[in-house]
Amino acid sequence: MSGHTSGSTDGDEERTAGMPGPAPEDRPHPEGRRNLEGTRIDPVVEAEHDTRRAVISALVEDEPGVLARVSGLVSRRQFNIESLTVGPTTVEGHSRITMVVEETDPGIDQIEKQTAKLKPVISVGEVSGNAITSELVLLKVQGDEPDKVHAVTEMYDGTTLDADSETITVELTGDETTIDDALDAFDQFGIIEIARTGQTALAQGTVPTAPGEKPGTAGEPTTPNTN
Amino acid sequence: MSDSAAHQRDDDPEETEPPSASDADGSGDGSDPTTTGTPDADGTEPTDGTNATGATSVVSALEAAGAETAFGVQGGAIMPVYDALYSSSIRHVTMAHEQGAAHAADAYGVVAGEPGLCLATSGPGATNLVTGIADADMDSDSMLALTGQVPTEFVGNDAFQETDTVGVTRPITKHNYFAGDADSVGDVVGEAFELSRVGRPGPTLVDLPKDVTQEETDETPGPAEAPPGTDPNPEARADAVEAAARAIERADRPVCLFGGGVIKGEASDAARSFARTYEIPVTTTMPGIGSFPEDDDLCLSWAGMHGTGYANMAITHTDCLIAVGTRFDDRLTGGIDTFAPEAEVVHIDIDPAEISKNVHADYPLVGDAETVLEQLTAAIRTVPDADEWREQCLEWQETYPMTYATPDDEPLKPQFVVEAFDEATDDDTIVTTGVGQHQMWASQFWTYTEPRTWVSSHGLGTMGYGLPAAIGARVAADTMGDPDRDVICFDGDGSFLMTLQELSVAVREDLDITVAVLNNEYIGMVRQWQDAFYEGRHMASEYNWMPEFDKLAEAFGALGIRVDGYDEVAPAVEEALAYDGPAVIDFHVDPEENVLPMVPSGGANGQFALSEDQL
Ligand SMILES: Cc1ncc(C[n+]2csc(CCOP(=O)(O)OP(=O)(O)O)c2C)c(N)n1
Repeated sequence: MSGHTSGSTDGDEERTAGMPGPAPEDRPHPEGRRNLEGTRIDPVVEAEHDTRRAVISALVEDEPGVLARVSGLVSRRQFNIESLTVGPTTVEGHSRITMVVEETDPGIDQIEKQTAKLKPVISVGEVSGNAITSELVLLKVQGDEPDKVHAVTEMYDGTTLDADSETITVELTGDETTIDDALDAFDQFGIIEIARTGQTALAQGTVPTAPGEKPGTAGEPTTPNTN
Repeated sequence: MSDSAAHQRDDDPEETEPPSASDADGSGDGSDPTTTGTPDADGTEPTDGTNATGATSVVSALEAAGAETAFGVQGGAIMPVYDALYSSSIRHVTMAHEQGAAHAADAYGVVAGEPGLCLATSGPGATNLVTGIADADMDSDSMLALTGQVPTEFVGNDAFQETDTVGVTRPITKHNYFAGDADSVGDVVGEAFELSRVGRPGPTLVDLPKDVTQEETDETPGPAEAPPGTDPNPEARADAVEAAARAIERADRPVCLFGGGVIKGEASDAARSFARTYEIPVTTTMPGIGSFPEDDDLCLSWAGMHGTGYANMAITHTDCLIAVGTRFDDRLTGGIDTFAPEAEVVHIDIDPAEISKNVHADYPLVGDAETVLEQLTAAIRTVPDADEWREQCLEWQETYPMTYATPDDEPLKPQFVVEAFDEATDDDTIVTTGVGQHQMWASQFWTYTEPRTWVSSHGLGTMGYGLPAAIGARVAADTMGDPDRDVICFDGDGSFLMTLQELSVAVREDLDITVAVLNNEYIGMVRQWQDAFYEGRHMASEYNWMPEFDKLAEAFGALGIRVDGYDEVAPAVEEALAYDGPAVIDFHVDPEENVLPMVPSGGANGQFALSEDQL
């Protein structure tokens, strides 16, 4: 380190005298500031980011521990996640992980980049455009009013999977709004138990769901690792 | 998705062989090197050293990948690998504790620029490595850890010395592997070795079940290759480079911030010529120490919590921060709201995830530090007009000099010891440290001029890093043909106590290192914070029951010297440096000395305190 010299011996100095130089309040200070995301607060650049909902799809090698790697990353970095689903794809040895997150734009960017660094991750990105999302829900309600339950089930295109004198179990699928509305409607019967899979998603039309993924070509390796 | 079934398990216990009677060491007292019997019942005989096995594959893969040295501790589940090392060209340094093995391997890697290698057995061997692996992970150091594991069929059964090593180390490795079979284990080890060094370096681990390493195989491992897609494109996008070049050209108050990535990316030469060509003042991060010579007129030394006043002034007032290979750690930035608040940030990094993670990058340049600095140099057309700014930076160096007082009525000052060693040694001397005040003084009062000479625990801040790191650094320097290079470990009394058993290794291996204990009979950094922020309540920070380290060193067979006053410093330094072997000097320094300047956690860099009452 340049510029230091041993100070002279001066027995009168206070122990806490410390180092020479103007005190903090006597120094010039810049006016500018950054926000908590490290962006300069500047009329041109917007100050704070709002959170938003994003559907992130990751194509991964189906190897032991891959789910633990992804979910461990999410919890370790405190990403705000609503659901995480996983399942096979058209390509043997590949799985798709779908995450629904509620984050700021820089937060979403971090999730994508950190996930992309995991070795078994082939490709990851936010599902662009309007993602087609769906969730499966199993719902067990009180069986006192079977006719009414049946009517509501019909209304939401559900299926009755099981019924006895005390309970009725119904299967529902749909996007988030549909499921929320349906659950409100079933509430009147008394919901006993519920099991939800969490949202899974595909991109619309010919748009690939994960970046670089080739739609509809089963049996072929989809895309090179984009790390 | 086979996530729940991490490993192939034999579900029918009837089919497994009974416990092996030939298990000679099955004493079952928990201290034996292998096991009480059952987990060794893998039905394979120990290798007689002639047929190729998983273990010999592991060793040939390491040799082929260029590994020259390993640090480790033996034990049951890793014995086949050790047995294969018996006839290998790889030098093995037996450490006293696995944490020491990991730190030694880490430091070896830092000095040699090659992945360090450490080995441990399953269970406690593996868990003892954890601190060292986490340390390497935080500092992006390349390192490969090989751990023994109970035989595959016992995995998941809570077998003797079984730990889910892959699970435990998953969040602290770049990637880790569970070796599945003898045929592929060599390739996996080669891949893990390469992966640890490509792109942004980091530790990798391969967990080696004993059946896999004992099993015979006809396969010979191929050349070590990193997994596809992990070796990133070195070049940044041309349009991004152009935009950054324009920003740098028009800057009035530019500052370079060189991080550890400059050193890891072998970009120190490029960084030097870049800063000098455009006459841009330079600050570094702590891991970036040595990337740019601290005796250069442009150098403002390192910024951050205990950085120089002038570096912190420059970084606070700059309008264009050219940051290379840094992750903007909070010890560097202080409160993010006041960090370089008026600067356009040009951020060069090999890891895209570091861009805008903590500090927004106005000009992100993803690529290799050396390559991108060359791209920038080709793109910048004019030297920024910053005469006034350079004047200002020089003036700050005079306004906030790094000095300390040496009053007659106060004990020996630790800074004086650091300076005495710096004066007595060459520029290529390697300095290692523990964590605490002594670490800060070693970084503040030594003038670093070369990369890979400052070896410290930055991100994790691991007390006890210094001595095993000095061992790793010494072995690296010797391996590189530099036996005359000095290796000095500045340690705190508290830090030294955490790993000093490794002195036995330094003596056994006759390693020429000097440990300078800056003994303040406190865990001094804690004491300093208690004085500043906890009304001087010294809870659990007074270490006034310290052993006599000079005598302790002698008991280990090292040279031991005690120093109490200024007059004794130079002769002791000379004697220790002249001594051919490990030496320990116990410097009894001023217990009340504080590390300054100081930016309190989350504070503004420009508001660094110059004395305790300013905190
Ligand atoms: C393994 C570990 N435990 C605890 C800490 C917390 N800690 C940070 S600095 C410090 C004091 C270090 O004391 P010493 O090694 O004597 O050095 P000094 O500060 O006195 O120079 C402590 C306890 C740490 N960094 N690492």
